[in-house]
Amino acid sequence: MNALYLAFAYLRYHWARSLVLVLVAALIMFVPVATQTLLSTSERALVARGEATPLLLGSRGSQLDLTMAALYFSDERPDPVTMGEVERIWDSDLGTPIPLHTAFSSGGFRIVGTTLDYFDFRAFTPAEGRGLSLLGDAVIGAEVARALGKGVGDSLVSAPENLFDLDGVYPLEMPIVGVLAPTNTPDDAAIFVDIKTAWVIQGIGHGHEDVVTAADVAAGTAALANAAVVQYQRITPENIESFHFHGAQDDFPASAVVVVPHDTRSATILKGRYLDAEGPTQLIAPAGVIQGLVDRIFRIKSLLDIVTAIIALAACAAIALALFLTYRLRAREIATAVKLGARRSMVLRLLAAETVTLLLISGGIAAAGAALVTRNAETWVGWLLALGT
Amino acid sequence: MVDIEELSFAYGARGFRLRVPQLRLDDGERVAIVGPSGSGKTTLLNLIAGILKPDGGRIDVAGTEVTALSDAAHRRFRARHIGFVFQDFALLDYLSARQNILYPYRITPALKLDGAARVRAETLAEACGIGDKLDRHPNALSQGEQQRVAICRALVTQPRLILSDEATGNLDPDSKARILDLLFEQAGAVGASVLAVTHDHELLPRFGRVLDFAQFREEAPLP
Repeated sequence: MNALYLAFAYLRYHWARSLVLVLVAALIMFVPVATQTLLSTSERALVARGEATPLLLGSRGSQLDLTMAALYFSDERPDPVTMGEVERIWDSDLGTPIPLHTAFSSGGFRIVGTTLDYFDFRAFTPAEGRGLSLLGDAVIGAEVARALGKGVGDSLVSAPENLFDLDGVYPLEMPIVGVLAPTNTPDDAAIFVDIKTAWVIQGIGHGHEDVVTAADVAAGTAALANAAVVQYQRITPENIESFHFHGAQDDFPASAVVVVPHDTRSATILKGRYLDAEGPTQLIAPAGVIQGLVDRIFRIKSLLDIVTAIIALAACAAIALALFLTYRLRAREIATAVKLGARRSMVLRLLAAETVTLLLISGGIAAAGAALVTRNAETWVGWLLALGT
Repeated sequence: MVDIEELSFAYGARGFRLRVPQLRLDDGERVAIVGPSGSGKTTLLNLIAGILKPDGGRIDVAGTEVTALSDAAHRRFRARHIGFVFQDFALLDYLSARQNILYPYRITPALKLDGAARVRAETLAEACGIGDKLDRHPNALSQGEQQRVAICRALVTQPRLILSDEATGNLDPDSKARILDLLFEQAGAVGASVLAVTHDHELLPRFGRVLDFAQFREEAPLP
């Protein structure tokens, strides 16, 4: 106890030096544990998202781009598939197709146009408000609500993709009708709208002053609207009837289609139908794509581990040098202690107590940090994964 | 108190040699050791304290033949019966004056830190005029105050013998006499003998006896 008392008094008196040593030692212990925890949680989260999405239909091309766009709402933009492909799945009666349109964003968050099946598929729970019911409605994820400080009753405006593309994307104001409970998945960082709303943003559908009636347009008997016609940038109960779409819905685009097969047999049959390498579409199992990505990340991680080990070794050597210099500085104290009658073991205890006290304090800090990371790993990983979108 | 007979010690084959045929220090006596630098004054203190082991002869302190003790027993004996005062005070910068005085109790199980020891430390500090400075660290004390703390540390264990190695060497002339008088006064209060190495010849009249150490030094034989 006396050795610990003296060690603590020494560390307290030289508090700045002690603080640096404690923090460096704590970091050496904390960083590998925190990295490992976050990586393994990331792996679980990535794989879980992949495994929770049985099949993904999209345009033929990079499977990773398709997966990242459909599961993580990333910036990748795979070539769109037509809604005709969605109808083809429905007609096969082998599974439920859920189209996703992820081309637009608002406030830095991805606008995901989809159908109500997506809400059932992901088992979303509203924390506030209701689900999608009208054209133009938006339901936002928990992270969007937190970051933008918005809730039910507020509205969002889609970001114009090209200000000078007069034929194309106009900003659309969308009322927020619901906020989802946190899921610690990329869904937290998404703005969900009906896929028809996404088509309105894209300019495929629009509403404008009643130069001609919607019935005329549908019948193909109306004159084309000219530039003087005012297009609505907000869908309201008063103007919703004026919104209409041009062309056949089967030709409308979707970024990807989540396919939920009815059973294993249906999944196998569906996969078989998209095996043709020359076909315009592909049906993939995202879990396999994600696992390949995770394996690649963990191969890089092993390199990172080596770098971390080398840095930790260098930091340990620096700490050892600092302690050695401390022992040199305390040589006079040791000589005094010996003259006053200290035993050899006491001298060793005096020196060891300082090191042990330092390590105990550092270990405590590192353990507290590791516990904090472990407790919040899922939330932080969800946020980190959402950063890429 | 101290009885030395036929003591011999040498630092290696070519170093200086010390030979003390006989030296006696009575209970409560105050003896000064003078002599040129390198004559072995500090070596004698270290031999009496058991820090150095003699090549031959016998040292008896307070009725115990210390030359016959094991290393561990030597350290216990030193902690219990001998107080040290050093020229450089040897205080620890990270401890307060109070904890510096009680330091001997922190480093050896031969001494037990109890309430009586704490009261003794405060009483000594009051007697030495530093009672109101016990919570200060050494760097917040003057040289004289630091040496007073060192004297309190030497006396707090109630030793039988005080070994003082140029205890006033770092002090100004006014402080030297005051500190030495204080050391004698406090040593007298606990009945301790004082054996002091000093270069301050103006202080010698204050000692009961003065020992010129040049007589004990022997030059190593030429090869």
